[in-house]
Amino acid sequence: MLEPTPSILEITGVQKVYQASNGPVEALRGVNLTVRKGEFVCLLGASGCGKSTLLRIVAGFEQATTGGVTMYGFPVDKPGPERGMVFQDYGLFPWLTVRDNIGFGPKHRRVAASEVCKITDRFMAMVGLTAFADRYPHQLSGGMKQRVAIARVLSNDTDVLLMDEPFGALDALTRSKLQEELVEIWRSTGLTVIFVTHSVEEAVLLADRVIVMSAGPGRIDCEIDVGLPRPRDVASSDFNALRRQITQKLTSHLGGGRSGATADS
Amino acid sequence: MSLAGAMDGTPDAILITPAAETPPAPVARPRRPVLQRLRQIALALIVPVGLLVIWDVAVRWTGTRLVPSPAGVALMMWDFAFGGIYDDAYSASLPIHFWKSVQRVYGGFFCAAALGIPLGLMIGRMPLLRSLLDPTLSLLRPIPVTAWLPLSMIFFGLGPRAAIFLVFLGAFFPILLNTIFGVKSVDVRLFEAAEMLGCSGAQQFRSVVLPAALPSIFNGLRLGASFAWILIVVGEMTGVPEGLGAVIMDGRTLSRTDLVITGMIIIGVTGYLSDRILLLLSNYFLRWSPQHHA
Repeated sequence: MLEPTPSILEITGVQKVYQASNGPVEALRGVNLTVRKGEFVCLLGASGCGKSTLLRIVAGFEQATTGGVTMYGFPVDKPGPERGMVFQDYGLFPWLTVRDNIGFGPKHRRVAASEVCKITDRFMAMVGLTAFADRYPHQLSGGMKQRVAIARVLSNDTDVLLMDEPFGALDALTRSKLQEELVEIWRSTGLTVIFVTHSVEEAVLLADRVIVMSAGPGRIDCEIDVGLPRPRDVASSDFNALRRQITQKLTSHLGGGRSGATADS
Repeated sequence: MSLAGAMDGTPDAILITPAAETPPAPVARPRRPVLQRLRQIALALIVPVGLLVIWDVAVRWTGTRLVPSPAGVALMMWDFAFGGIYDDAYSASLPIHFWKSVQRVYGGFFCAAALGIPLGLMIGRMPLLRSLLDPTLSLLRPIPVTAWLPLSMIFFGLGPRAAIFLVFLGAFFPILLNTIFGVKSVDVRLFEAAEMLGCSGAQQFRSVVLPAALPSIFNGLRLGASFAWILIVVGEMTGVPEGLGAVIMDGRTLSRTDLVITGMIIIGVTGYLSDRILLLLSNYFLRWSPQHHA
């Protein structure tokens, strides 16, 4: 990651203002960020710092009030298959089986049925769900659902994987298993990942670069390159030194006693 | 619901070693399904059998000649179905009356579904169409279907088409309103998911809106079908010679109460069976949804 790689996403001067009942609320101000191809970027911050809003603007679900996002130089104005989103609450289609959820994207892009079948087989195998091909989402555990959600985006040939606290609803063991699998998938596919989290540990474990955000209005506070070799050891002293450093940056902006509870987990 | 509970209860810890992942355990079945089933049937029969007994005793006790005894009705039913007892105009005429009514009920019902579902999908999804049609539909909805009787006879003349129209009106609103409700309550997340996967615009009707609203649509269809059976009697007041509703009206005119009750029972049983068929269809199409297995 040290050699210069071309940028895939440019976020330029993004400001987002919501009209609330008691007047306008500024959720984001002056956000600039360049994401390089193949990079794993974590947006880290406490609740209310606008990290999810920023991700939703990149996804095209929301529009920036001023400024904007370009991908490969083209402005982003609506959702598209090249920016696949993984939601915290999965967003699977409950009436489709695992296989059909994963094949949803290719099928709607009019890929031939036999080809869709091959693609789904491949990505079901990648996330280890081949044995569950004919299950419906309500018959799966949370970890399995999130694997389907990841496979569904991968099978659609996405360039950028957008993840909005994807493992936030999972228990600790499942979460660490999925983190490991995600890194493996990212390394083998060369995807670009933008990953929103409020966990410092998760950010340091996964990211090439951690973007620390702060609230009121949401903005980028600082960027930290995580130079630690992979696979990363959460118990190593380097890991913990970095984690402590980032936690301090986060809490210094929160002020008061509520910092510890929201900043790290 | 028990299914969802059992599945969600599967500890995620099992995911540590994917090779050891086992399918969530199948739903625990009642230990003796046959006994359980018999018990259900027995419980369901207590009230109807009790009512029959009370009816019989009351007729004997009062000595009334206005209401026939259950045995009298049973005799009438036999004659209505197979003939050979009274040998009058109604003997062995059940098939023709039944067939005519079924045609009208399902004719009206299918028209209501064919119009109500697509219209509901569009009203639920298109704010412009909603603003355009919602006020008018809200005004029409509270008008009792019986009030349409004179107008429907003027529009469609004396005959089956007026009956079908009334059945249609009765079934239309429950189907339409439930479809609209179903569309409005689709999780926004599913639209976002579809969109980011490249499914947008009109494609979403078939791939997201319709399947997501299907549970509500089936509720509407079941309600609509029961209204259709309710309204067949009114519908066949429009001067049609044949049909279960027409038989009931004839029975009233001729003071043949046994004929009236026979018609009532046949409509009740047929309506029940038609609901069971819809329920079977609903369970099949909603097999993905643990909440909708009734």
